[in-house]
Amino acid sequence: MAALLEVKNLGISFGGLRAVDDFEVTIKKGQLYGLIGPNGAGKTTVFNLLTGVYKPSEGIITLDGVNITGLKTIEINKAGIARTFQNIRLFKELSVIDNVKVGLHNHYKYSTVEGIFRLPGYFKMEKAMTEKAMELLKVFELEQEADYLAANLPYGKQRKLEIARALATEPKLLLLDEPAAGMNPNETRELMDTIRFVRDNFDMTILLIEHDMKLVSGICEELTVLNFGRILAKGETAAVLNDPQVITAYLGE
Amino acid sequence: MKGLKLSKNVKDNLITYGIVILAYLIMEIMIKTGHISSLLQGLLVPLCVYVILAVSLNLTVGILGELSLGHAGFMCVGAFAGAFFSRYMQDVIEVSLLRFVIAILIGALSAGIVGFLIGMPVLRLRGDYLAIVTLAFGEIIKNIINVLYVGKDANGLHFSTKDSMSLGLMEDGDVIINGAQGITGTPKDATFTIGIILIIITLVIVLNLIHSRDGRAIMSIRDNLIAAESVGINITKYKLMAFSVSAALAGMAGVLYSHNLSSLMATPKNFGYNMSIMILVFVVLGGIGNIRGSIISAVILTLLPELLRGLSNYRMLIYSIVLIVMMLFNWSPKLINLRKKYSLKRLLKKTGEVQ
Repeated sequence: MAALLEVKNLGISFGGLRAVDDFEVTIKKGQLYGLIGPNGAGKTTVFNLLTGVYKPSEGIITLDGVNITGLKTIEINKAGIARTFQNIRLFKELSVIDNVKVGLHNHYKYSTVEGIFRLPGYFKMEKAMTEKAMELLKVFELEQEADYLAANLPYGKQRKLEIARALATEPKLLLLDEPAAGMNPNETRELMDTIRFVRDNFDMTILLIEHDMKLVSGICEELTVLNFGRILAKGETAAVLNDPQVITAYLGE
Repeated sequence: MKGLKLSKNVKDNLITYGIVILAYLIMEIMIKTGHISSLLQGLLVPLCVYVILAVSLNLTVGILGELSLGHAGFMCVGAFAGAFFSRYMQDVIEVSLLRFVIAILIGALSAGIVGFLIGMPVLRLRGDYLAIVTLAFGEIIKNIINVLYVGKDANGLHFSTKDSMSLGLMEDGDVIINGAQGITGTPKDATFTIGIILIIITLVIVLNLIHSRDGRAIMSIRDNLIAAESVGINITKYKLMAFSVSAALAGMAGVLYSHNLSSLMATPKNFGYNMSIMILVFVVLGGIGNIRGSIISAVILTLLPELLRGLSNYRMLIYSIVLIVMMLFNWSPKLINLRKKYSLKRLLKKTGEVQ
């Protein structure tokens, strides 16, 4: 299969601190790829580099054959990368369904004038948006809570809503930053099913950061381990998790 | 589920429109039957002005989530642009309603453009910094108008920033904007009815904008800028949109304001810092992001000082006490709980259970 994301020699420095150095990864279409490593290893920084929150000091990021290095966050989202956040970032004062509709923003368009004067275009598009949003909410079993304020959702559902919102932007690559953080084992198991379902039914390629080894070994096909901003090991999940270097640096004896 | 939600928004909006129309009908009946003091009658148009200002500022403060202290500046632009047009065209367009409508459009447009131009550099700032810079821009606008002289004669328009003599007008010339003396002789076209229509127009624009694709984008920026960017929302575009629409509506209020006075001057009292703060007080007390609240608090806080006029010495004291009580009542968690406990809905329910 063709490579969807190709990252070469990616690096960034904050002042004297080398946060990420010589990072490389190749993710094939439809793959479930894991990025693990101890706290402060630079995992989230890699996500921020991929999504344009930080501009890389050097390196090349190619998505589906297009060079997206140094683009703005919005452009990168339009090119096809969507993400969730380690510390949940929902639109708290908006309803659950409106959160998803904001994700649909660039795919269902009508003009401001149509919106203000309630011209037919408004009703047509809003109806299509509501349908599409409800469809996505159903996948994450959030359709009952569609009218709740996002802030009032329980924690696990907030995580799911974030994924739904990211999927609404119709990405090619989905980045999940610690999706299982703060979840109990039951919720984690459910989440694993959801992630697999998303991969299979949305033809999605997923790169995820996670500390929960059960989840990582359960669903990731390949792994990269980061330590102090550098790649410590990479390859098939089982092989990487048995690598003595990884065990000393991260997993523990 | 979806139908339910839509109808809830629509219902909420209809109640807001209903309150405005009902208030209008009651006032009209009172005017017709003569049950209204001349003092109150004189307050009707300013009331409409303040309501529009409060609702439009709520778009910036409550919906976009950015603190702007320069709202009176945009009102000032609209007031002078509209009044200038009316004075200039007084003899050309005889129909006062048509002239006023065009003046309103011109006032709103010019304030909107000024809002857009100021917004471009300023909206890069956030929080306190934005507040300080908008405050400064509001004052700058006021001061520019104070030194602006515009006159017309057979040769056309003449501009100056020195004094009215240096305009070099011919004998038949007419000084329209006379520096600190402002514009005199603006036709008094503003009526309560037009004011109410403008309130309704403002509400339609603001409420429909909020409940549309653009409104969601604006609110997503308020709730989480980084997340909004990550789902592809153009931050600059939507910040500017909210800010300029808010400015344009303030300009519209300004036109209404200027056509209610025979002489219009830009003083610290009407277009200065105090005015901006007063509008902000309306918005904060009515509830940030709550459009209906803005209307109600603008009305109460405008009427209150006038109604308390009889108590002369204690007027400002009572006014400030009411302000503090309203703040506590709206925001203190304990009082919110108390209010919920003894709310009408709950009491009704209880009596129902007893039976």
